[in-house]
Amino acid sequence: MVEESAQPSAPEDPLLQRLRDKFGEAVVSTHSYRGDRTAIIDRGSLVATCEWLRDDPQNQFDMLMDVTAVDYLGRRPRFEVVYHLYSIEKNHRARIKVALEEDDVKVASVVSVWSGANWLEREAWDLYGIQFDGHPELKRIYLYEEFEGHPLRKDYPKEKRQPLIGPGAPEGAADGGESSS
Amino acid sequence: MAEQEQSTAEESTDRLEIPFEPLEMKLGPSHPATHGTVRLNLRLDGETVVTAEVEVGFLHRGFEKECESGLYYQAFPYTDRLNYVSPMINNVGYALACEKLFDVEAPERCQYLRVLASEASRIADHLTCMGACALELGAFTAFLYAVEARESAWDILDAMCGARVTCNYVRIGGVASDVGPEFAALVREKLAEVARLHKDFEDLLLANPIFRDRMEGTGILPKDELVALGVTGPLLRAAGVPLDLRRVDPYLVYDRMDFDVPIGESGDNMDRFLVRCEEVRQSARMVEQCLVDLPEGPVDLDDPRVRLPAKGQVFSRMEQLISQFKLVTEGPRPPVGEVYQAVEGGNGELGFYLVSDGTGKPYKCRARSPSFSNTQAMPPMVEGGMLADVIPTFDMVNMIGGECDR
Repeated sequence: MVEESAQPSAPEDPLLQRLRDKFGEAVVSTHSYRGDRTAIIDRGSLVATCEWLRDDPQNQFDMLMDVTAVDYLGRRPRFEVVYHLYSIEKNHRARIKVALEEDDVKVASVVSVWSGANWLEREAWDLYGIQFDGHPELKRIYLYEEFEGHPLRKDYPKEKRQPLIGPGAPEGAADGGESSS
Repeated sequence: MAEQEQSTAEESTDRLEIPFEPLEMKLGPSHPATHGTVRLNLRLDGETVVTAEVEVGFLHRGFEKECESGLYYQAFPYTDRLNYVSPMINNVGYALACEKLFDVEAPERCQYLRVLASEASRIADHLTCMGACALELGAFTAFLYAVEARESAWDILDAMCGARVTCNYVRIGGVASDVGPEFAALVREKLAEVARLHKDFEDLLLANPIFRDRMEGTGILPKDELVALGVTGPLLRAAGVPLDLRRVDPYLVYDRMDFDVPIGESGDNMDRFLVRCEEVRQSARMVEQCLVDLPEGPVDLDDPRVRLPAKGQVFSRMEQLISQFKLVTEGPRPPVGEVYQAVEGGNGELGFYLVSDGTGKPYKCRARSPSFSNTQAMPPMVEGGMLADVIPTFDMVNMIGGECDR
């Protein structure tokens, strides 16, 4: 299983240091691996942290480049939601992560902070089943509504087939549920 | 019932208008004016777009899932098919992410070749975008000029890897093969061809009042909204933000390249077109510089952890034979960790996020595709405008299905 590969970061990156000073206990851990600074944030303070990261003049993370999730099946907490931030003004990057338990895959949406989070969070919902509270329209983006499960989860087999839907589908295919292979 | 009739009768005498309901119009998934499989659900008030919704996912094929089930080097062919108009840039981006994870760096000659391949790809990418735009606005002839020029740019890639589109050229710590002695002459010939056709193409369009009318002043979105939506690449630069990763965060040998980053002013479709036009010329400049500066030396990293040993040694020495066998069957094994590496793709920031659990397969391989974020920004660009303006805006957003839907 993937373990936290926190390198002994001495001295700590100034941005991560400021983040710790500002949010204290809400910052679960930080590390910089290969120069990518990363902070794991408590789920409850995600939006406040993101707002600070965007608005503080020393941070100015005005762009949310990416939102995705990682499924560490078998580890607790099972899921991590990963945010990649970039600042045009400061030309620096940061990665923010939030850990989520399997039985409660909910995290606050950051659409209010960066409007670009809309589709990215829909994608994470579609493929990983992460529920974003406060998202304006959380629905699947790539797959169709009848699709069952979230295919990028590690317990979703790659070979699994879903029944065909729509006007051209064979008779009774929609009842098939689990199917061949 | 009687009441209703009365009220409609009153209304109709009041102002002579037919009761109106917005017209729902579906553009796509396959429509001659959308060069990509995507569906636009529009609500129209006459010819004005009230709301627009973009449906993507028609080309979703599970890029991440496939990558997770293969070895690190086996993902290269899949990256070709992300942005299939500039596959080399995807190859390079993925290779750089892997190299960051493995903490290795490719030799200098390889880095120059990668820059050359990336820039030739960018020429092809922009020409496709601009040519398709011309076609969809009715300028079929101009499209043919662009496609012929693109063919010349692809000939450069063909000379490097033997394929026009499915390149699969870059490797972790190297490239598939070095270029031959006649390469430089061929590239110069093809570049001249591109420049000639590109000039004709520009002249045909920029002096055309119909084309200008449809491009100028359409599809504008304020700079801060573009930034908040995560829009990158020519779209953002056309709005006046000089964000180009080759300049602000140089990778490979871009810090040694002499090039300009064109930016626009108003951020309308015309600016987006002109920015791409100029970038084609700047890319050609960089290809030329790569040819001049291309150093001698190996193209592959001499590191048995990631790169296959030379064939001659595999057949004569035991250690190299074992090394080759292990690398092919088990793949190179990176340390445990996670990296994000971004490159400047044809449409903006193309990033790869890799998570390694120490085995030969990526635990997670995520592509941050510029088309996805850029397409998301399309509805606010077209809402409130005319139906006809949807087409040039869609062209300039340049949604590439393979990359957007992964």
